[in-house]
Amino acid sequence: MAEIVIRNLRKEFGSFTAVKGSSFTIGDGEFFMLLGPSGCGKTTTLRMIAGLELPTSGEILIDGEDVSQRPASQRDIAMVFQMFALYPHMNVRKNIAYPLVSQGMPRAEVAAKVAEVARILGITDILNKPVGGLSGGDRQRVALGRAIVRSPKAFMMDEPLGALDAEFREHMAEELRALHDRMGATTVYVTHDQLEAMQMGDKIVVMNHGVVEQFGRPQDIYDHPATLFVADFIGSPAMNFLRFQGGVKAGDRAVTLGDVRIDTPELHGDTAPTDLVLGVRPEHVTLTDNAPYRGRIEAAEYLGTTQIITLSTPHGTVKARVPSGLVTRVGDTVGLSFRAQNLSLFDAGTGRAFRTAANAGVFHG
Amino acid sequence: MSAYSITEPTRRSKLVAGVLVALYAFVTLLPLVWIISTGFKSGPDSISYPPKVVFEPSLEGYVNLFTTRTRVGAEEFENLPTAETWYDQIVRDQGMVIAGPSRFGERFLNSVIIGFGSTFLSIFLGTLAAYAFSRFKVPLKDDLLFFILSTRMMPPIAVAIPIFLMYRELGLSDTHLGMILLYTGVNISLAVWLLKGFIDEIPREYEEAALIDGYTRFQAFRKVVLPQAATGIASTAIFCLIFAWNEYAFAVLLTSGTAQTAPPFIPTIIGVGGQDWPAVAAGATIFLMPVMIFTILLRKHLLRGITFGAVRK
Repeated sequence: MAEIVIRNLRKEFGSFTAVKGSSFTIGDGEFFMLLGPSGCGKTTTLRMIAGLELPTSGEILIDGEDVSQRPASQRDIAMVFQMFALYPHMNVRKNIAYPLVSQGMPRAEVAAKVAEVARILGITDILNKPVGGLSGGDRQRVALGRAIVRSPKAFMMDEPLGALDAEFREHMAEELRALHDRMGATTVYVTHDQLEAMQMGDKIVVMNHGVVEQFGRPQDIYDHPATLFVADFIGSPAMNFLRFQGGVKAGDRAVTLGDVRIDTPELHGDTAPTDLVLGVRPEHVTLTDNAPYRGRIEAAEYLGTTQIITLSTPHGTVKARVPSGLVTRVGDTVGLSFRAQNLSLFDAGTGRAFRTAANAGVFHG
Repeated sequence: MSAYSITEPTRRSKLVAGVLVALYAFVTLLPLVWIISTGFKSGPDSISYPPKVVFEPSLEGYVNLFTTRTRVGAEEFENLPTAETWYDQIVRDQGMVIAGPSRFGERFLNSVIIGFGSTFLSIFLGTLAAYAFSRFKVPLKDDLLFFILSTRMMPPIAVAIPIFLMYRELGLSDTHLGMILLYTGVNISLAVWLLKGFIDEIPREYEEAALIDGYTRFQAFRKVVLPQAATGIASTAIFCLIFAWNEYAFAVLLTSGTAQTAPPFIPTIIGVGGQDWPAVAAGATIFLMPVMIFTILLRKHLLRGITFGAVRK
């Protein structure tokens, strides 16, 4: 088990820079998510930690030791690939035993370890089957078995649930998380699915265009996004952006949209009048008749326990998550009130969030 | 309009296809049947006109292929002790006695050494090169691949004279090593290109999994990539062997004694008073066997190999 520290990690492929100076720390025993859209550099980062790519510059410390230029075979790390990459010419037992054979472990010991792993994963009955005919879930379990059998310092997982169908995915996600809790091994998990990241992760790094946008606990990232990108990427529906012009001073506790004052957490930064964005999550919008900020109802989507109301306002479209029992009519104009402590304020030019009393201590780096 | 399926052939089209295939098989197999049957004919039967389809089988051709014979005077012939073996008897029936073994065995062995040796070398070097081209950043990769392919852009025999002179200077003329190197040189481009295609199709994740599981790059290549590439290697080996085994022009030009292969040797089997056709046919039949057996043994791989990649995503 190990702590992994990433410092100024950079990877260039010719003239293309896949990862631009990432820095973050993966705590011992953490389930750590690398989240971002495709092409954001998350897989490249994972492959650099695993040793399948060597970084152009920067450091990777596993348990305090710089391994950034070492080959994969010397890092004592296990990996689960998206397409599982089970050795097709071997049966299940041999696949799981393969990492042990490379260490020259005696046969009896290998057999005992494989049997134990098979018992943990519930695949004892398929040990002698070829991997070709296995179902997606069983392949996934065999791939996991191959990873855990060696008790490595850390696990790398590259979208391991991506190849499974939706129904089974959820089940496998629970199984994975339970396995992690039981073994307590440091796990780095790549995904583009924000729900998966929030559901399973202890910590999340959100990446975009090779840059770390934010890293922290799922709750902090959801409630206090550091950038417009994170605010937009995390959450479904995404955070609402109300675009307006104005200036703020440190100590302000409100902003003015048009002629309406909206309370915010106490601001710690200031700026001359410029383009600003007020971010509000759909569930933090309440529809009330007497609120001064007005919007017109455009559509309602029924989702069972809640419904999503789409409203047009002078500063952009707003989606509100309200109880499904609330009766609304398309075309009506209603008042919107926002929960002050859950609002975020961004500079539209830099895309970065202002520091406030609410998000103090959340942002790193 | 009657219902029909576009995937299932009709009875009629199956019948037409069957007849066409049978016809084609007849045309291609006829020379083979001719050679094999001639090998079992007696000398007079082999040149009779019209050709005999039904004849009394004889092992004369095979005995003549493996022996040299001599004619002795009539008196001496009468006084010979009775023939000890069946092949002595066959030679006596032709009015001759066995003088010793022929060179065919040696020449055949040369073909085996040179054919399989060059195939092994082509596959060995070709697999390593193909793997490197497939997986690593090789400087000037495309140019190198084109350069390798360009060695096949003219018939190899076009450079026969330079090679003849070079081999004479280097002392490679009429040596096994020389012929193995020559056939390897011709086959290697085919091997690299074919095998690169096969290796490109093997997902890199398999090797990456092995690297992470604690194996070196070479171990991953040997234990994970090679078993996956077995199909491609088998079909490439067949192509290489067929070329090296059947090659005639260079063999005539560069070998005469020690390293002479079977193809230039077989036509030189001269009988007494004319070409010994049964012996030539017997030599051709034996010569056909190794490639035929090799191909039949690997034919599953060959078929899979030729269609490899055609149906995968």
